Amino acid sequence: MLAQALRRTLLAIPTVLVVIIGAFLLMHAAPGGPFTSQRQVPEVIERRLERHYGLDLPIGDQIVRYVGGLLHGDLGPSMKYRDKTVAQIIAEGAPTSAVLGFSAMALALAIGAGLGILAALRQNRAQDYFVMAMAIIGVCLPALVVGPLLQMYLGVDLRWLPSSGLYRDEFGLRYLILPILTLSLPLIAVISRLMRASMIEALRSNAIRTARAKGLPEWQVIVKHALPIALLPVISYAGPALAGVMSGSFVIETVYQLPGIGKQLVLAAQQRDYTLVMGVVLVYSFLIIAFNLASDIMYRVLDPRTRAS
Amino acid sequence: MGRCLPPPQPFWINRRGLFAGAAGAGAALGGCANSQIIGFDKRAKSLDICNNAEPDSLDPQMCTSAWENNIVGNMFIGLMTEDADGHPIPGMAEHYEISDDGLTWTFFLRRAQWSDGRACNAHDFQFSYRRLLAAQSLSTYASLLYPIKNAEAVNSGRLPVEDLGVTAIDDLTLEIKLEHPAPYLAQLMKHYITLPTPKHIVLKHGDDWVHPDNIVVNGPYTLKRWWSNYIVHLERNPRFFDASNVALDNLYFYPSNDVNAAARKVMSGEAGWSTRFASNQVADLRKALPGYVRIAPFLVCNYFSLNCTKAPFNDVRVRQALAMSYDRDFVATQIYRTGERPAYSLVPPGIANYPGSARYGWSGQPMAARREAAERLLRAAGYGPNNPLRFEFSLLATSDNPRVAVVAQADWRAIAPWVVVELHSFEAQVHYANLQARNYQIGSAAWVADFNDARNFLYLLETRSGPQNTPGYSNAAFDQLVLASDNEGDVDKRAQLMTQAEQISLDDAPFCMSVFLNSNNLVHPDLGGYEDNLEDIHRARWFRIKNG
Amino acid sequence: MTDLLYDDVIMPRAIRGRSLWEDARRRLMRNPAAVVSLYVVAILVLLAIFGPILWIYKIDEIFRDRVAIAPTFDHLHIFGTDTEGRDMVARTLFGLRISLLVGFAATLVALTIGVAYGAIAGFFGGAVDEFMMRIVDVLYAIPFIFFVIVLMTLIDTPDPFVKLMLIFMAIGAVEWLTMARIVRGQTIALRNMEFVEAARAAGARPMEIVFRHIVPNVLGPVVVYATLNIPVIILAESFLSFIGLGVQEPLTSLGRLISDGSGQMINAPWMLVTPAATMLIALLAMNFLGDGLRDALDPKDR
Repeated sequence: MLAQALRRTLLAIPTVLVVIIGAFLLMHAAPGGPFTSQRQVPEVIERRLERHYGLDLPIGDQIVRYVGGLLHGDLGPSMKYRDKTVAQIIAEGAPTSAVLGFSAMALALAIGAGLGILAALRQNRAQDYFVMAMAIIGVCLPALVVGPLLQMYLGVDLRWLPSSGLYRDEFGLRYLILPILTLSLPLIAVISRLMRASMIEALRSNAIRTARAKGLPEWQVIVKHALPIALLPVISYAGPALAGVMSGSFVIETVYQLPGIGKQLVLAAQQRDYTLVMGVVLVYSFLIIAFNLASDIMYRVLDPRTRAS
Repeated sequence: MGRCLPPPQPFWINRRGLFAGAAGAGAALGGCANSQIIGFDKRAKSLDICNNAEPDSLDPQMCTSAWENNIVGNMFIGLMTEDADGHPIPGMAEHYEISDDGLTWTFFLRRAQWSDGRACNAHDFQFSYRRLLAAQSLSTYASLLYPIKNAEAVNSGRLPVEDLGVTAIDDLTLEIKLEHPAPYLAQLMKHYITLPTPKHIVLKHGDDWVHPDNIVVNGPYTLKRWWSNYIVHLERNPRFFDASNVALDNLYFYPSNDVNAAARKVMSGEAGWSTRFASNQVADLRKALPGYVRIAPFLVCNYFSLNCTKAPFNDVRVRQALAMSYDRDFVATQIYRTGERPAYSLVPPGIANYPGSARYGWSGQPMAARREAAERLLRAAGYGPNNPLRFEFSLLATSDNPRVAVVAQADWRAIAPWVVVELHSFEAQVHYANLQARNYQIGSAAWVADFNDARNFLYLLETRSGPQNTPGYSNAAFDQLVLASDNEGDVDKRAQLMTQAEQISLDDAPFCMSVFLNSNNLVHPDLGGYEDNLEDIHRARWFRIKNG
Repeated sequence: MTDLLYDDVIMPRAIRGRSLWEDARRRLMRNPAAVVSLYVVAILVLLAIFGPILWIYKIDEIFRDRVAIAPTFDHLHIFGTDTEGRDMVARTLFGLRISLLVGFAATLVALTIGVAYGAIAGFFGGAVDEFMMRIVDVLYAIPFIFFVIVLMTLIDTPDPFVKLMLIFMAIGAVEWLTMARIVRGQTIALRNMEFVEAARAAGARPMEIVFRHIVPNVLGPVVVYATLNIPVIILAESFLSFIGLGVQEPLTSLGRLISDGSGQMINAPWMLVTPAATMLIALLAMNFLGDGLRDALDPKDR
C-alpha cells in the first residue's frame, strides 16, 4: 500500500503540471485581459504593464517563466491587486476556507452519518422516510436561496446570530455558525443517503450475519462490524467533496462576506487576473489530489477485506 | 459588550508566513470575538462600512475607482481637499495664487507632518507627481494630470522626469506649470491621483511601502490592517494636522460585492454605512431602515453608445430615431425608482460652473409623436418592411443593465415591426474590450466624472480621445469648440463654448442617453457630518457622533 | 461542486439480460413515492412544453403600469409580476422549460461521452485504461467554476439559444467524468462474464462488443445516476446565473429567476417563491424517481 501511495504522489506531479499548463492556456485564450476596464488605459501604459507582468512574451515563454517561479515557491504577483503577491492573497484566504470546509464536513459527517444509520436501522419506517425526505430537500435547496434566507431571518430579524463577516479582524466562532450551517446542509443530505444505503448493504452482508450468528450484542454488531464497512463509500465521497467545498464556496463567501479562496477564484477569473487564477487552481488541484489520496488510504485501511489479508 | 482587547498578533501575512494565517486563526476563537458588532459604535467611536468592492491597491497612484477613493482619501490629504459637502477647500495647501495667463499655479503649504513625525512638504509633492508621471510608472490614471506642462511627454518617456512642470520652490512652496489654462485645477487637486506619497518611505521600501508596517500617512487615518477581500482597518492618525477635530477612532471597510448582503448587514446593525443599495428596493429599505436612506444626484450618466463607424449607426437619422423613441422616463421612474433623472443631455445637471442648457432637440415632445417621427426618420434612411433594421445590442450582464436593455428593446421594436433588436450579454472585461475596439453596434455604457467639471463628459466624444471615444464620433466643429474651451480662462465663456459643443453632440446623437444616476447610500441617522453631495465623497474626517 | 455523488462502490452490481427491465418496471410501480414522482415529472414536462405556448402572456411582454405587483387575480397575474413588469407565470413556465432542457441535454451529453469513454476504458483495460483514467484525473483537478467561466467566454455567439447550447455542453463536459468512472467500474465487472466470452468466440470485434453487449448492460446504474444528476445540473445552472454567467436575456431559467429573485427578497418575495417552489418540486420528483429506479433495478435494496 505504501508503494501505491508513493506511486500516486509521484503521478500527482505531472498531473498538476498538465493542469497548470491547461489552465494557463485556457485563461489566456479567453477574451479580455487584466487591464481592460471601462476607462481605457492609455496604450503606452498598457504596454508597460504587459511588459512588467511578462504578458508580451510568447505564451510558451510565459508558461516556462511561471513554472520556473513555482519551483521557487513563487506564485507571482497578482495582476489586479497591485500591492500583493498571489501567495499573500491565498494565504489570507486559505485559513477561513479551511476552517469552513473542515467544520462543515465534520458536522456533515457527524450528523449525516448519524441520520443515515438511524434511517438504515429503521428502514421503511417513519424515521426512514423522514430522514430521506429531509435529505432530498437538503440537496434541492441551493445555497444561494438558503444563505440569504438564514441571513435574513436568523441574522437580521431575530438577531440570534451575526449576519455576516467575522468579528472584524478576528475569528469569532459565532460568526461562522451560519456559514458552516449553510455549507453543511447539502453535505448532510448526501452523506445521510450514502450512509443509509451502505449501512443497509452492510447489515445484510455475510460478515454481519456471521457476527450475529456468533451471538455478539447488537450494538457491537452495528458499531464494530457494520459501521466500518458502511463508512467506506462515505469516506470515498468525503475526500474530494472536501476539496470542492473548500474552493467552491463562492456563494457562501459572497453572501456571508467572508475572506475565502472560493470567492477569489470566481472574481479573479472574471477579472482575468491570470496569476491569481492559476494560484487558486493550483491550490485546488493539490487539495483534490491530496484528499483523494487520503480518502483512498483511509478506505484501504478501514476495508475489512484488505485488513484481514 | 464593552471594549475588546486588541488581537494577540498582527494577522498580515508576509511572503514567508504562508501558515502564519492558520496559526492566527486558531488563536482568537473565544471571548470578545464572539460578541455582536455594533456598526456605528458611539462608545468605541468606530464605524463599519460596506464598501462597493475590494480595492486594487492602497497606493493612491494605482487607484482607479470610487471605492478605493473612499479608503485612500481618508489616509492622505492632497493640496486641496473636500469639506463635507464635497466642495474643494484648502488641504495641505493653505492658499494658492494663479498667474495672469492662468498657466502657473503656486501653492503655499502649511506646516504638517507624516504620521512618523517627518515633515510633509513640497518635496514630497514634487516626488509624488514625478513618480506618478515617470516613464516607468504603471499608474493607469496618470493621464488625468496631462494638463500639467510636459506631463504627457514625460509619461510617454519622450522627456526626462525633471522636465515635469511641478517644482518645489522651497519646503513650503510648490509651483505647477500648465499646458493650457485649467480653471478647474483646484477641483483636480483634490482627486485621489494627486494625493502625496511619502518620499522617504517610498525610497526606502519601494512598492512594499503600503504595508501596514511601513506605511506613513498625512491624513486623518492610517492603515492598521488589510485582510484581502475582507476588511481594511483604518485607525486614527494623531499626527494629522486637524486630528483634534476628528471624531471617530476606527474605520472598517468591507468589500461588499453582493449589494443585498450589504443591506442585510446594515439592517442587522452590524454596519453603519453602506455605499450603495439596490435602487428598486428603496421603498422597503425606507420602511426597514427609517432615516438611513440617502439619495443624491450623482455625476454619472448611463447611456448607449452607438458605433458611428459602421452601419446602421453611421447614419445620423437612425441614431436620432433610436434616441427619441427610447422611453428614458419609464426607465428612470420604474426601473430605477430612486428619483433618477431621465437624461436629455450629455452633461448631468448641477455640475459646477455650467448652466446645462443643452438638450436633445425633441425633448419636450410626447412619446407618441416621437415614435412617429422616429419611424419617418428610419424610412427616410431607407429602412422599411422590405429592408428591416436589424442590430445587436451588447450589454453588460450585471447590475441593472439587463433590466434596462429589455425595456430599450421593447421601445425600439415599438417603432415599427421591421425593427429587430437582438440582445447579447457580455462579461465586464469582454464588454469593455469590445467597446474600445469598436467591435459592437450599440452597447450599454456609463461614465463617472473624475471631478466636478463638464469637461469630463465632453472628453468622451473628442476625436483625440482614441478608444475611449467608443462611438468613433468625429466632428471637427465639436473638437474645435472643446479645444477652445480648454484655452479659455474665463469661466463663463468657457461654459458657453462647452455648451455649444454639447449641443452639437446631442444633435448628432452618437450616444442615446439613458439616465443620470443617483448615489444611493444607507447611513446611520446618528452619523453627523455626512452630507449628500454631487461627487458622493464623504470624508470620515468630518463625521460626528450625534445623540451619543 | 460535489461531483462524486454516487460512485461505483455503492451502485448496484452489473445487471445481466433484458428480462430484468420488466421486473424493474413492476417493482417501480409498487413504490408509491416513485409513481407519484413519475406523474409529477410528466406533468412538469408537459407544462414546460405547452405552458409557454398556451399561457396568455409571453415572457417579454412588459406591462408598464403593473411593475412588481404581488400575486393577484387582476389580469390573471397569479404569481405576480417582476420588477420589469413581466408576468411571473409566463416566466416561471418558460424558466421551467429551459431548466429541464438544460438538465436533460447536459445529462445526455454527459451520458454519451461518459458511457462511451468509460466502457472503452473499462473493456480494454491495461495501458489504455490507465491513460484514459489519467486524463479523467487531470480534468477532475480543474475547478468546475473556472472551467465553465472560461468556456463560456471563449466561444461567443450572438444567438442566445446557441449560448444556451454551450451551457449544456459546458456542464455536460464536467459531469461526464463521474459517469465515465461509474461505467468503467461496471464494465470491469462485466468484461469477464460468459456472455462477453461468447461474443468474442463468435468473432465480434472489440468495439462491437463494447457497444452492443456491454453498454446495454450498464445502462441500469447509468439511468439512475442520470436521473439523479439532472437536479445537480439544474442547481449548477442556478449557480452560474448567480455569478452572471447563466442563461442570458431574453431567455430565462429557473436558476436565473431564483438568482434574480433572491436579490428582491425584501421587496418582491413572490419573485423568489414561485421559481424556487417550482424548482423544488421538480428536483424532489426527480430525486424520488431516481431513488425509485435504483431500488427497482437492484433487487436487494428493497
